[in-house]
Amino acid sequence: MKGSQIIITALEQENVEVVFGYPGGAVLPLYDALYHSKLRHILTRHEQGAAHAADGYARSSGKPGVVFATSGPGATNLVTGIANAQMDSVPMVLITGQVVTRLIGTDAFQEADITGITLPITKHNYLVKNAGDLSRVIAEAFHLATTGRPGPVLIDIPKDVFEQEAEFSYQKTPDITGYKPTYEGHQGQVSRAARAIAAAKKPVVFAGGGIIRSGAYRELQELVERGQIPITLSLMGLGAFPGSDSLFLGMAGMHGTVAANYALMEADLILAAGVRFDDRVTGKLESFAPGAKIIHIDIDPAEIGKNVAVDIPIVGDLKRVLASLLARFKSPETGTWVRQVQEWCNRYPLSVREEEPESKIKPQYVIKEIYRLTGGEAIIATDVGQHQMWTAQHYRFDRPRTFLTSGGLGTMGYGLPAALGAATASPGRDVWCIAGDGGIQMNIQELVTAVNYCLPVKIAIMNNGYLGMVRQWQEMFYEGRYACTELAGNPDFVKVAEAFGATGLRATRCSEVAAVLETAADTRGPVLIDFQIDREENVYPMVAPNYPLSEIIFEGKGRGK
Amino acid sequence: MKQVLAVLVENKAGVLTRVAGLFSRRGFNIDSLAVGETVEPGISRMTIALEGDEAQVEQVEKQLNKLINVLKVVNLSREPTVFRELMLIKVKAEPQTRSDIQQIVETFRGKVVDVSLNSMIIEVTGNDEKLEAIKLLLEHFGIIEVARTGRVALLRSLKIDGDRS
Ligand SMILES: Cc1ncc(C[n+]2csc(CCOP(=O)(O)OP(=O)(O)O)c2C)c(N)n1
Ligand SMILES: [Mg+2]
Repeated sequence: MKGSQIIITALEQENVEVVFGYPGGAVLPLYDALYHSKLRHILTRHEQGAAHAADGYARSSGKPGVVFATSGPGATNLVTGIANAQMDSVPMVLITGQVVTRLIGTDAFQEADITGITLPITKHNYLVKNAGDLSRVIAEAFHLATTGRPGPVLIDIPKDVFEQEAEFSYQKTPDITGYKPTYEGHQGQVSRAARAIAAAKKPVVFAGGGIIRSGAYRELQELVERGQIPITLSLMGLGAFPGSDSLFLGMAGMHGTVAANYALMEADLILAAGVRFDDRVTGKLESFAPGAKIIHIDIDPAEIGKNVAVDIPIVGDLKRVLASLLARFKSPETGTWVRQVQEWCNRYPLSVREEEPESKIKPQYVIKEIYRLTGGEAIIATDVGQHQMWTAQHYRFDRPRTFLTSGGLGTMGYGLPAALGAATASPGRDVWCIAGDGGIQMNIQELVTAVNYCLPVKIAIMNNGYLGMVRQWQEMFYEGRYACTELAGNPDFVKVAEAFGATGLRATRCSEVAAVLETAADTRGPVLIDFQIDREENVYPMVAPNYPLSEIIFEGKGRGK
Repeated sequence: MKQVLAVLVENKAGVLTRVAGLFSRRGFNIDSLAVGETVEPGISRMTIALEGDEAQVEQVEKQLNKLINVLKVVNLSREPTVFRELMLIKVKAEPQTRSDIQQIVETFRGKVVDVSLNSMIIEVTGNDEKLEAIKLLLEHFGIIEVARTGRVALLRSLKIDGDRS
């Protein structure tokens, strides 16, 4: 069998249904083999779009996203998408073409050392110089990408290797000597954790993306409910626990709720599950959770103790560790504490706004209306900026895998292609992309992809004519000097949508929001809505970078506590 | 604090880059790094000397363990270990200073491995202090060049090589 055929057959063995990609000289043989197969291929308009689409596919479905790209510029165009997936632990397998073996190292046409370039941003990568290695390498790549702490794996294949004959012998879930993730938690540690929880007076569960990657929602919910323990989530964790549950305090961190941040700071015990204590969530590290004993459960031992000193470390798969914790679980006495945190929730709600019909559009209101319209059932992809934080705050994510956002890398341009990936994975589901006027222009070309493949995503642009999040920082920390953050000369987004063959809508007044959303939902195919929002609206509450979580900046610039 | 890690790796293309890249990327400094084959075919041993506090080095070990091509990491600073390094020193040597140099070399159980009209090359092995000491003494005569292998090390009782135990 030819190398390229080995690859296609291997993908079929892995039950891959769809590949996102972009062809070129070095992958011609691969695309030729694809031509004869039943695999679906989504041709994006930029390789970055393909990478983010595969990412959105993976995050929404739990299955690995697969990408093809050519050598040189095709491969380097993937870099942001790979780094993004690595930071957020998203399973992907990326196959790039490379110049023919004998030209490697000669600066040949369209040669780039993509394994070298992606070394620090992949879970692992391979350069395959013999077709005889392809079966094994692909099996390893899928295994690595999807097990342990998931992540992107890149396979670089010289053009002549696609043409080489070799035997196909595929062994799924291969044994890899240097790779042995720990799945079962240490039982002694689990017992210690159970005792610590039972003894706690002010416990908080702080859960993140690891819960979603592990599929540990039920265990998490049972633990929270049995123990009556208040819970907060990281940005990456939203959806891991029902957002409308009364024990949910909202998101933690820089733009987290007051209740969530106060709870972390006042807690005597934090059960941290599948989080990595990013600086956006801890605030000033030395001041974080001063009185709390910390139990940290994660499948990646390197995350434990990396940023925050941990009292009870447990390495393992969250689903299994939480299950064994539940087996020994004794509820703590939390009545007083729960009343305390609920008082914070009531005293410091996220800004609610009375809407006058003729008033300017407040972005928070749009998000709430999208929530109402979709019954909280939609998959929501966001871009990066203020609109992302408003979405995280005001759309109550009740289900896992419904919130696709670039957390670790904060990649503008992620939202639209990620939404397309989700729409590919879940036909028939409502998929919305909430984007900024800045970020949407970073991958706006993918509107064609939406139109071509009839992917009916609804795109809501929160158009403030600014790189809003950066402008907010300039307002707050640089005395309002708006250096290069005004997006002068933005295009007419309605016309842009129409030029691409999509439907374009616009709303400029509060009274138009609900109607325009309904029109969008009732329109077949991709729709783009230009919401012209109150331009200088800011995201509150906020904890300034490297400040303690308790020093919260409220609307009107007062600093609390 | 100076620490030494023994890292067993699969002898595959790019593995040195993966290990070295990890150090620079995460802001850890390598003092020295020595690589060589083990008795096990396809497995190499890296001996890495680095500077760092307990928490930093623990993080290095965990990050190294995450590399797929890394099979085992042992922190030798926590165990009784034999350290050795080989150093070649080219030192200025006039006919009248040669015997003085010779004497120093003998005291340190070194070897003269090359002699020319006005220089000698000396080979010494030992631990850090010993190599520093002879270097200091020879500086008096004028050192022209130094080449060092970096430290290699083995546990005194147990061996981590190839898991034969
Ligand atoms: C690729 C990339 N470049 C730059 C940034 C820095 N950045 C973060 S938020 C932001 C502003 C985004 O503006 P917009 O898309 O209009 O969203 P808004 O904040 O206005 O809602 C910028 C420039 C980034 N996150 N990603
Ligand atoms: Mg904007």
